[in-house]
Amino acid sequence: MAEPLLDVQGLVKGFGALRATDGVTLDVRPGETHAIIGPNGAGKTTLIAQLSGDLRPDAGRIRFAGEDITALGAAARSHKGLARSFQITSVYREFSALDNVALAVQAHAGHSFRFWREARRDDALRAPARAILDEVGLGSRAQVLSANLAHGEQRQLEVAMVLATKPRLLLLDEPVAGMGPDESQRMVRFLGTLKGRQTIVLVEHDMDAVFTLADRISVLVYGRIIATGTPQEIRANREVRAAYLGEEMDA
Amino acid sequence: MNATLVVEQVLNGLQFGVMLFLMAAGLTLVFGIMNLVNLAHGSMYMVGAYLAVAATQWTGSYIAGIALALLGTLAVGVITEVVALRSLYERDHLDQVLATFGLILIFNELIAIVWGRAALFSDIPQALSGHIELFTNLRYPVYRLAIIVVGLLVALLLWYVVSRTRLGMLIRAGASNRTMVSALGVNIRLLYTAVFGFGAALAGLAGLMAGPIYAVQPGMGELILIQVFVVIVIGGIGSIRGALAGAVIVGMVDTMGRAFLKPLLGVLISPTAAESAGPALASMLIYLLMAVVLALRPEGLFPARGH
Amino acid sequence: MVLLVVGLALLALVPAGAAYFDQPFYVDLLRRVMIFAIAALSLNLILGYGGMVSFGHAAYLGIGGYSVAILAYYGVHNGFLQLAVAIGASALVALLIGAISIRTSGIYFIMITLAFTQMLYFLGISLEEFGGDDGMALAARSDFAGLIDLGDSTAFYYVVFVVMVVFLYLIHRIVNSRFGMVIRASKSNEARTRAIGYSPYPYRLVAFVIAGAMCGVAGFLLVNHTAYLTPDFMHWTRSGEIMFMVILGGIGTAVGPVLGAFVLLLLEDIISGMAGFVGQHWQLFIGIFLVLVVLFAKRGLAGLLPGARRDG
Repeated sequence: MAEPLLDVQGLVKGFGALRATDGVTLDVRPGETHAIIGPNGAGKTTLIAQLSGDLRPDAGRIRFAGEDITALGAAARSHKGLARSFQITSVYREFSALDNVALAVQAHAGHSFRFWREARRDDALRAPARAILDEVGLGSRAQVLSANLAHGEQRQLEVAMVLATKPRLLLLDEPVAGMGPDESQRMVRFLGTLKGRQTIVLVEHDMDAVFTLADRISVLVYGRIIATGTPQEIRANREVRAAYLGEEMDA
Repeated sequence: MNATLVVEQVLNGLQFGVMLFLMAAGLTLVFGIMNLVNLAHGSMYMVGAYLAVAATQWTGSYIAGIALALLGTLAVGVITEVVALRSLYERDHLDQVLATFGLILIFNELIAIVWGRAALFSDIPQALSGHIELFTNLRYPVYRLAIIVVGLLVALLLWYVVSRTRLGMLIRAGASNRTMVSALGVNIRLLYTAVFGFGAALAGLAGLMAGPIYAVQPGMGELILIQVFVVIVIGGIGSIRGALAGAVIVGMVDTMGRAFLKPLLGVLISPTAAESAGPALASMLIYLLMAVVLALRPEGLFPARGH
Repeated sequence: MVLLVVGLALLALVPAGAAYFDQPFYVDLLRRVMIFAIAALSLNLILGYGGMVSFGHAAYLGIGGYSVAILAYYGVHNGFLQLAVAIGASALVALLIGAISIRTSGIYFIMITLAFTQMLYFLGISLEEFGGDDGMALAARSDFAGLIDLGDSTAFYYVVFVVMVVFLYLIHRIVNSRFGMVIRASKSNEARTRAIGYSPYPYRLVAFVIAGAMCGVAGFLLVNHTAYLTPDFMHWTRSGEIMFMVILGGIGTAVGPVLGAFVLLLLEDIISGMAGFVGQHWQLFIGIFLVLVVLFAKRGLAGLLPGARRDG
């Protein structure tokens, strides 16, 4: 078995008396789509914030591509190739869709202490950004102010920005949250096209999406991973059923 | 440098510190709870000072003057909150800063219209005039001692209210979780107005006590306001404990710096260099202290919990 | 764009018009207004585009002013050298203040920038050698080796005019460059900006230093304009006024700060010149105006102009 791309050992994060992350150990193999599911309040948001570097864990260790990144902040992790999307759409509302993606391209095109040339006429930024917008299906909406995009389109833009940083690992925080069934299906289909060439950690509520996309699933309950396995194994796991899935699984 | 001089300056530092605290207490609660930057807090200090002078003259009684000034500042604070500041809670800090900056201009001019621009002088009441011999060779003004006592009593009272009463519980909860407090069925608007008016009255108290010591004039509030900002940055936003600690530290450092920095530098370097560098450094001391605190503890020394 | 060109052309014609109508006073007034427009432009770079609510921008007016006045006091009148020192000193002070304050945000940032400027103000007051509280007369205007004579009111007017136009263009370039996109993105959404791989701190700090240096130039011009330096250059109400110019004109717009400076200072000039109650208590009316603008006209004057848009 290949060495894991992401290797998390004994992660702990508490807020006062509450232990939102309580000893999480997790590995993500190169190329796999690894879903993290769990009931509300299980600590998914806290966990993903620690993986992305937005929150510092109280204890534990995070290794990425063989390197200890526990002490690195979000920006530094992005440069190592670990990129996140946000559960609540978090795009630059007063910029166009193309600007948004171009900003993500620019972050990985050397330093930005360049004061003179107009960034919007810089083909080194615009061309790759256009290509990525085309790839996620937003090509025709490139010039629209992102605040004016439909919710589903903003979610697509969110993913486009993450892809633009050329990540080795995608951390997707509920990519289909709030989407209608059509939009949601389109997004799942798109994520499916990334499968295999892109390692993905997918935190998601939508069970259809999870079971369609995931190679492996980890179940998070009260800040702990209670099971990890293939979708079939997770379906069959008694503990998981008792703790969380219950009826939903039978449907 | 002799011991009596040091003790005297320590008392002066404490006296300045409690004045800063009275200002900081209201301001830090308004910061912490309403998330409002209120530059016009210094105006309440000014209003308190002027009302005390006027009311004392009018009634001929110092006690009545104080009472009227406190009630008056409370009323001005409540009116300001209801008329202007209430609509600013949901605005960003930039709007708050500018609008309250505008309020300062308005208050200063209103004061100038009523009382003129020249500084007023108010007398120390008969009962508190004179000096008291604390120990041999140290005679200290009774009035300044009274300020220290009043300030410490208010600190004690505030501590009791905030940590032991239902109102205090709401204030603390409001500082960390606004939605929770409104979920408890408490009238947030009323709570905010009460906190604001109360803070204004405390600033007014500081102002009316300052009257006989400093000049009473338009714009007197802004000077102390910026020093109070330093207090809050050092102490940590939203915490009464931090305000008290920050106020005493700033009061002491500022007073000591002005009293002893020049002679100290005179010994360390040369008297002539100290002549010019001493006062310059002394006036910068609290700001440099703020820079050091920020470098070491950006959240201040005693940040409010839940932030 | 057309409006901008027309406006600038009118400004360029002011000295000729003033001479024709024999009203030299207006050259003086508009020169002062344009100097503050330069200060407001520089603040807009960090406030409007960078989202940094700095309540201490007058500090750099003071640093620029003191650089010139102190050099002149010691007999150094070379304008190029004075300008270089004014820019360098302002940049350095901005670097020190920025390095500490940009680590914080929100209310802290506002209070800290205000407090540090107040510190410089008190430092100015305690400098007895340079007049302390009262300030001192500028020994002589900056000397540009016969190239330009700042003593000539019209020539000085055009110097200020050119600096303002150049700064308008410079800031336009900066905010649309890669650098500008990063500070604007950091303002718009900091978490997202970190997530895609930027650390906002160094970019914000550099923007803060650029704005400080630009305002230092305004200080250089202002002291030559007044020919007198006082610590009041750095008075906190100055900082508030400059900030208000930015908001009044239209925050984050290219020409907003210039508009704001013109409207505020001309308005001040008009009502403070009125006889009786209004003139005596003009600050009351400015205060009311300020509160009303903040509460009801958030988009500023630029939002009212046809064709004027945000650089967005």
